[in-house]
Amino acid sequence: MSAMQRKKRTEAFLLGNEAVAEGALLAGCSFYAGYPITPSTEIMEVMARRLPHVENGVFLQMEDEIASAGAIIGASLAGRKVMTATSGPGFSLMQEQIGYACMTETPLVIVNVMRGGSSTGLPTSPGQGDVQQARWGAHGDHPIIVFSAADVRECLEMTITAFNYAEKYRTPVILLLDEITAHTREKIEIPRPGEFEVLSRLLPTMPPEWYKPYEETVRGVPPMPPIGTGYRFHVTGLTHDPLGFPTSRPDEVKAVTERMFRKIDRFFHDIQIVDHDQTEDADTLVIAYGSVARSARLAVRQAREAGVKAGLLSLKTLFPFPRPHVEKLLRTCKLVLVPEMNMGQISREVKRVNCGITTIRTINRVDGQIITPSQILKEIA
Amino acid sequence: MAEVTQLIHQYLRHNKKFPLVFCPGCGIGIVLGSLVRSVHALGIPKDDMAVVAGIGCSGRIAAYVDFNTVHATHGRALTLSTGIKMASPHLRVLTVMGDGDALSIGGNHLIHAARRNIGVTALVVNNFIYGMTGGQCSPTTPFGSYTHTSPQGQMEKSFDVVEMARAAGANGVYRGTVFHAKALDGLLQRAMSRPGFNLVEVLTPCFTQYGRGNKFRSPVEMFQWLKDHVVPREVYDKLDDKAGKIPMGIFVENDEPGLEQRHAAMRQALADKGGAGS
Ligand SMILES: Cc1ncc(C[n+]2csc(CCOP(=O)(O)OP(=O)(O)O)c2C)c(N)n1
Ligand code: SF4
Repeated sequence: MSAMQRKKRTEAFLLGNEAVAEGALLAGCSFYAGYPITPSTEIMEVMARRLPHVENGVFLQMEDEIASAGAIIGASLAGRKVMTATSGPGFSLMQEQIGYACMTETPLVIVNVMRGGSSTGLPTSPGQGDVQQARWGAHGDHPIIVFSAADVRECLEMTITAFNYAEKYRTPVILLLDEITAHTREKIEIPRPGEFEVLSRLLPTMPPEWYKPYEETVRGVPPMPPIGTGYRFHVTGLTHDPLGFPTSRPDEVKAVTERMFRKIDRFFHDIQIVDHDQTEDADTLVIAYGSVARSARLAVRQAREAGVKAGLLSLKTLFPFPRPHVEKLLRTCKLVLVPEMNMGQISREVKRVNCGITTIRTINRVDGQIITPSQILKEIA
Repeated sequence: MAEVTQLIHQYLRHNKKFPLVFCPGCGIGIVLGSLVRSVHALGIPKDDMAVVAGIGCSGRIAAYVDFNTVHATHGRALTLSTGIKMASPHLRVLTVMGDGDALSIGGNHLIHAARRNIGVTALVVNNFIYGMTGGQCSPTTPFGSYTHTSPQGQMEKSFDVVEMARAAGANGVYRGTVFHAKALDGLLQRAMSRPGFNLVEVLTPCFTQYGRGNKFRSPVEMFQWLKDHVVPREVYDKLDDKAGKIPMGIFVENDEPGLEQRHAAMRQALADKGGAGS
């Protein structure tokens, strides 16, 4: 890119939530349905202002989160790139619809700005308590992709990535933010269209009579035409055959379930997005995500200044859990710290991978307060 | 007969979907017939039809018809329909729901779809019971009726679907029955050719789960009951003794534009002001 082009980029002073909306629009989102809840509301408000200016853009405030998830599923089936945003209680309400989207392989982006506590908890305080819900909130066996973001720039980037992966893998993608990230205002450069990859779902090229919406394919991800374009097929949350019709034949049930998992497993490496910060020679490793990763970055720098070989692995992909990256570092580090604003939801995954290889210590904070750099630094030293 | 065969060939899915899952004597098959005849009579291309159904016996209709079909989660069919219609306003969206689907778990979505005036046709298949889960009471189960979860007789009052849709602001509200199949075709076609949210309640017997427990001796008797108790609205209005009678026909007809039309107009107005892209 030439210096000229670079100049034309706009800079903006944005909240994390506003950056999510910006990223969605850049990724081609033209349909948003939601229900207000703190601390996610700014995402919705920006979309309400901006979408009417987008070609055929639709913004809807629905009667609740179940309806919001339903509306975006419908719009996605009709070919749109869609998003909703919510926080814990609303996310819980959406779970049945998220499961339906997994089963019907409908691309969606769902942003959950986590707040503290369970139930209505701490509406304006940060927490990271929905990590395992994002993975396992919907009933039954299904794969899903869960991302997180640590700062405002990442909010924008990971939203674009979330759209791309939803489309590429025909699956719901959950983006988890915490209240700090969502409500931090920072100056970022807004990329211009064309500066980043935008993916759209694969469309069928065969004649409609040959099309099978849930066909076994090499990638495991069958093409998906918008409804109303000549490919008439049946969509159901019931376990279905390659044509989409309900089946309970064991071979067909097994096939569709295994393909759903395989489409994610096969591209496991593509989906692992992590940031390494001085991990090459580290013997003390911090694994963090969200705003905690920012605190950890500073703590690691300060530890280095004090002569401790510390490093940070910050996770942008939470699920499928980036096992290869973590496992490698577990073998080389003497101590692994996992600070989180919950009672230990990602440390569970780290321990599962660890199997006694090294020492793992958790730092858990559930009082609605941020985990500070000094709190992490104290444990490193 | 030849005409019927032709319709079957044109609109039903032949491979793998038959026989029907419905019990002998069930009225849902007649609803299915009416749906197909109505689409045919209106000349809607198959690709332009989207049938979205909820979960329940009536929700199974979707799998049999050769349109774009979606079998949604229980109670949420209208939410998916809203997304489909707003995303692709050229599609004719027909939403099929059972009474439990539409009024119990989906009650809030129903009143908001009506208030929002989204351009879909809601077909509420009212059999007064939860058929698929084996005969529990629903919000339309008549007071005093026996079901598996009202073994002492239903103690709660029931919803009047028509009144509820009217109160919520639906553009069009209709009631028919599967006994009056021809009239039902007419009502459905009327509902489907109008703007905004239009709701058709269709009364239909479920002998298996409702009839048997409530002293009906056969499905035929249930059809007979519909014949004896449901009367055209014009007749009903003039009756001195309305007790036990149910009116059918047209209850509301307004011409408010659907929400999708309002959105399109709003976007156009913004574009005219030169606001596009801002
Ligand atoms: C969230 C949820 N709760 C409960 C059920 C179980 N369920 C399936 S169908 C049904 C009710 C069916 O009754 P109705 O909607 O009146 O349709 P019918 O079968 O009578 O046509 C219920 C409760 C479900 N599928 N999902
Ligand atoms: S249970 Fe009732 S509604 Fe369901 S198919 Fe049988 S008769 Fe019809």
